[in-house]
Amino acid sequence: MHSDVSALELVLTADSALLAIVRLSLAVSLSAVAVSAVIGIPFGAFVALNRFPGREALIVLLNALMGLPPVVAGLVLYLLLSRSGPLGSWGLLFTPTAMIIAQTILVTPIFAALTRQTIEDLWREYRDELTAMNVGPFGRVATLIWDGRFSLVVTLLAGFGRAAAEVGAIIIVGGNINGYTRTMTTAIALETSKGDLPLAMGLGAVLITIVIAVNALAWLARRAGERIAG
Amino acid sequence: MRAALSDLPIHLEGVSVHSRGVTILDRVTLRIEAGPPTVLIGPNGSGKTSLLRTAMGVDRPTQGRVTWGGLEGAPPIRRSIVLQRPAMLRRTVAANLSYALRVARIPHRAARIDELLAMVGLAGLNKRPARRLSGGEQQRLALARALARDPAVLFLDEPTASLDPASTKAIEDIIRAIAASGIKIVMSTHDLGEARRLAGEIILLHRGRVVEHANAVQLLNSPATAEARAFLAGELLV
Repeated sequence: MHSDVSALELVLTADSALLAIVRLSLAVSLSAVAVSAVIGIPFGAFVALNRFPGREALIVLLNALMGLPPVVAGLVLYLLLSRSGPLGSWGLLFTPTAMIIAQTILVTPIFAALTRQTIEDLWREYRDELTAMNVGPFGRVATLIWDGRFSLVVTLLAGFGRAAAEVGAIIIVGGNINGYTRTMTTAIALETSKGDLPLAMGLGAVLITIVIAVNALAWLARRAGERIAG
Repeated sequence: MRAALSDLPIHLEGVSVHSRGVTILDRVTLRIEAGPPTVLIGPNGSGKTSLLRTAMGVDRPTQGRVTWGGLEGAPPIRRSIVLQRPAMLRRTVAANLSYALRVARIPHRAARIDELLAMVGLAGLNKRPARRLSGGEQQRLALARALARDPAVLFLDEPTASLDPASTKAIEDIIRAIAASGIKIVMSTHDLGEARRLAGEIILLHRGRVVEHANAVQLLNSPATAEARAFLAGELLV
C-alpha cells in the first residue's frame, strides 16, 4: 500500500527523473516504429504483390521473426556494435541510437509480415479492378496501402506494443545508463531488483496508461475512418 | 466528349484459355465491331466471363492473340469493364469515381463526378461509403466508375445477375443510354429476355467455343445450329 501511494505521488507530481525516462522511452519506441514502418510496410507490400523464387520461404521467415527473442536480437546487435565488432567504429553501443536499431530489428518483421497478409488479402479482391484500370505497380501499392490503412493501424499498434514493452534487447545494447539510455522498461527491471518499488510501479502505471491511450486513440481514429470511408 | 473508337475492332484470333488442365476457351476466333450491343449468351461454364476478361485484357490467352484496333497488347485506356462482382474501393462513392478519373489521367472535377452519378441514378450519394451501398447501387457505381474512364468499349459481365426486377430495369435503361451515346457495349447474360431486349448481335458460346455469332433478330428467330435451337428452346446443353 505504501508503495502504491509513493508511485502515485511520483506520477502526480511529475517527478523529473520519471519524466526524463518516459520521454526517452517514447522517443526510442516511436523512432523505432517510424523506421520500421518505412522499411517493413513497403517490403510487406512488395512480397504480397510479387512472385519470385524463395517467396514462400521468405514469408515463413518473416512470420517466424515476429517471435524473435529480444535478448537474441540484443546479443547479435551487441556483437556487431561492440568495440571489436564489425560496426564497432560507429561508436553506437550504449546509445539511444543502438536501442532504436534494436527495436527496429524486432518491429520490422511484424510490420512486414502483417502488411504482407493485409495487402495480399486486399489484392485478391482488387486485382481484377486495378488490372482493368491499368494501374501500374507503384499505383497498386499506394492504393492497397491506402485502402488497407485501417488494418495497418492495428499493425502499427502491434509494433508499438512490441517496442514499448521490450526490455531484453535495449538493456543489452543501451546499458541502462541513468539519464542517457534508461527507459521505462529497463528502469522497472533495475528498480525492482534494487527494491525501489514506488518508482518501478510509477513507471509501470505510466507505461500501461500510454499503451492504453495510444490504442484507444487508434481505435477511435479507425472507427471514425470506417464510418466515413466504409 | 468521346474520342474515336480506337480500340475497335476487337479481334480474337484462335484464342484458347486453359486453367488447371481445363479448357475454358477453345480456339475462339471472332471480331467485334462498332455498333449496337454485342451480347454473349450460353449456359453456365460456357466461357462468357472468360471471353469478356480476355477481350478486355484482364486475362491473357494461353494460345492465340487479341488485338484492339489492330494493336496487340494495347493498354486498356479506352475500354472499361464492369465485373460480375465489382470490388468497391474502401472509400466514398465520390472517391471511387475520382480514383477512376485519376488513374485514367482525366482531370477530375466535382461537376464531372456529379454528372456520372446522375447518369446512373446515384445523385446525392457522393459521401456515402461505397461498400455500404446495396448490391444494385454498387452495380450502378461500378458502371459510373467504368464510364469515368471515357471508354470507347464497355464490357459488362452479367450486369443484372442477382438483381431484383426494378434494379434490372434501371441497369438496362442505363445500358441503353450508354449504347445510344455511341459507346460499344459487349456484355454477357444468362437471361435470354435481356439478350432480346438489348442485343444488336448475339454470340452463343458452348464449352468454350463460339456456336453461333449473328444478328440478334436472326439468331433468336432462326438459329442456324442445332445447339442454338436447343438452347433457345430452354433445353439443357451438356
